[in-house]
Amino acid sequence: MRNRDYLIFILILLGTGLIPLPLMPLEAGGFYIRVLTVILLYSIITTGLSLLMGYAGQISLGHAAFFGLGAYCSGLLAVKLPISPWLALPAAVAGTALVSYAVAIPVLKLKGHYLAMATLGFGEIVYVFLKELDWLTGDPAGLIGIPPFSLGRLSLISSESQYYMTWAFFSLVLLLSVSLINSRVGRALRAIHGDDLAAEALGVNVSKLKIQAFVLSAVYAALAGSLYAHFEGFIGYTTFNLMLSIKLVTMVVIGGMTNIWGALLGTAILTALPQFLTAFKDYEMVVYGAIMILVMLFAPRGLIGLILRRKRDEEAVA
Amino acid sequence: MKLSYFLQYLASGITVGSVYALVALGFNMIYNATGIINFAQGEFVMLGGMTMVFLTGALKLPMWISFIVSVMSVTAVGALLERGAIYPLKGAPPITLIIITIGASILIRGASILIWGEDAYRLPGITGDRPIRVLGASILPQSFWVIGVGAILMGALQLFQRYTLFGKAMRASAADSEAATLVGISPRRMTLWSFAISAAIGSVAGIIITPIVFTHYNVGVMLGLKGFCAAVLGGLGSFMGAVVGGFLLGVLEKLAVGFAPIGYSGYENAIAFIVMLLILFLRPSGILGRGEVEKA
Repeated sequence: MRNRDYLIFILILLGTGLIPLPLMPLEAGGFYIRVLTVILLYSIITTGLSLLMGYAGQISLGHAAFFGLGAYCSGLLAVKLPISPWLALPAAVAGTALVSYAVAIPVLKLKGHYLAMATLGFGEIVYVFLKELDWLTGDPAGLIGIPPFSLGRLSLISSESQYYMTWAFFSLVLLLSVSLINSRVGRALRAIHGDDLAAEALGVNVSKLKIQAFVLSAVYAALAGSLYAHFEGFIGYTTFNLMLSIKLVTMVVIGGMTNIWGALLGTAILTALPQFLTAFKDYEMVVYGAIMILVMLFAPRGLIGLILRRKRDEEAVA
Repeated sequence: MKLSYFLQYLASGITVGSVYALVALGFNMIYNATGIINFAQGEFVMLGGMTMVFLTGALKLPMWISFIVSVMSVTAVGALLERGAIYPLKGAPPITLIIITIGASILIRGASILIWGEDAYRLPGITGDRPIRVLGASILPQSFWVIGVGAILMGALQLFQRYTLFGKAMRASAADSEAATLVGISPRRMTLWSFAISAAIGSVAGIIITPIVFTHYNVGVMLGLKGFCAAVLGGLGSFMGAVVGGFLLGVLEKLAVGFAPIGYSGYENAIAFIVMLLILFLRPSGILGRGEVEKA
């Protein structure tokens, strides 16, 4: 199990690292690379959500808020103080981690539908505040003029440089997550998912671990938010709405919650799909809703579950 | 605080509170029968308003025929949702059911865009749109309709659940589905009916509110979420709780906005969620609930 996870990890790193190379010379290459950047950016968030949902068994319908907090903290620090984006990023991540910790303590006492609604409520509250605090952001539409990351004199504004920067952070996040899953913590999280009480009886500090998983997933989301803010140069509150929270959860569930690879698969498919369905924009919501229902009805373990089951069936036959 | 202002905000609070109460009742209906939070509840409200606008506007049908047809169509959608997406998933974990009903909500909104576009529509008030002056406050006549129809519907539901055999069967099935099965009640059928009735309640709320709040494909999301906050405030699963929670939340929102300093009224949409979180943290069983949150 352990070696297989690291093998998949290396294969994914190689794949995502090499994929832009053949695209670069293409005329539409920049577009594809930007789509790939968004996929990696969301993958950072959904990796965390997968740990929270698939391993710790807790749902969150408010992660757009942590993405938004990361983006706004980082953007505001870099615009108003101003400090370098390289300092704004860790500051934003730390700030969001504190907020998520304060939220996690009361929220994670709830379960199931109640937890879903409480996290959703938190997301809505943050959304309203991001919208109303325009005296802070200076513009009702959002925060403008956020500086890009730079190395010496070189500003990272080309789509390739943004891609590889996201890739580097994505690699770190994935490595950390894979090691976590294959450690004592990962086994404890799975035990919580299986049965709270039994895990507690076996000496797992259930509430502490749940909170840690929640904060870690918020940290990942804030990291992605900070990257997003400095890539785009502009952020508006409308990005961080309920629909984004729902989409992130959907990516994890559609891909499959049984392991983090499912989350990556779901993120890639659900991010890429709308980009190539723009001709059918009116149908986007119908298709999206239908996919959610159909996958839950016919593949409740997600797309990765379908793949794994087939493999298991073949092994059983052989 | 001037009395006329207070009355004004109170009236609009009670009006919107009626709608929250009806949505909360719909949530409770399904929650009691299945333990599911139906994230598509707000879409029933939206569909009710939209169908009514379509029938009276585009097809020029008389008001009462449109009303009956609208409620019946939305009821059918509710039943279809249960048979198509909930029934096959007996015993699925909450997260699966959450995704399913969210998917249904997105699907219904998408279908609404395809059928009616993204424009906002409104209905004329049943008895005109000229505000009535009451003690210095001006109140839309439709507000009285919303409050009146809401009250009648709440009363009728209460009588139905308490005194009819069918209503008792639904309550029995909600209390203990195995015991209910033993006396010949089919919990699966009760689940179907809970979705159908819940959709019907939602559609009525959507129809009566449309002369006040414009309807468009996305209007159900916020109404649904606020209705859920009202249900939590009153105590999830409690009939009286839904009614009390709905009115309390509506009045609280409108009074807070009315007396907020200038420039702060935009925070209105956060109030319901702050109240909901406080209730969930401090008294998860709500004002009138029975207190079994943990097992959810």
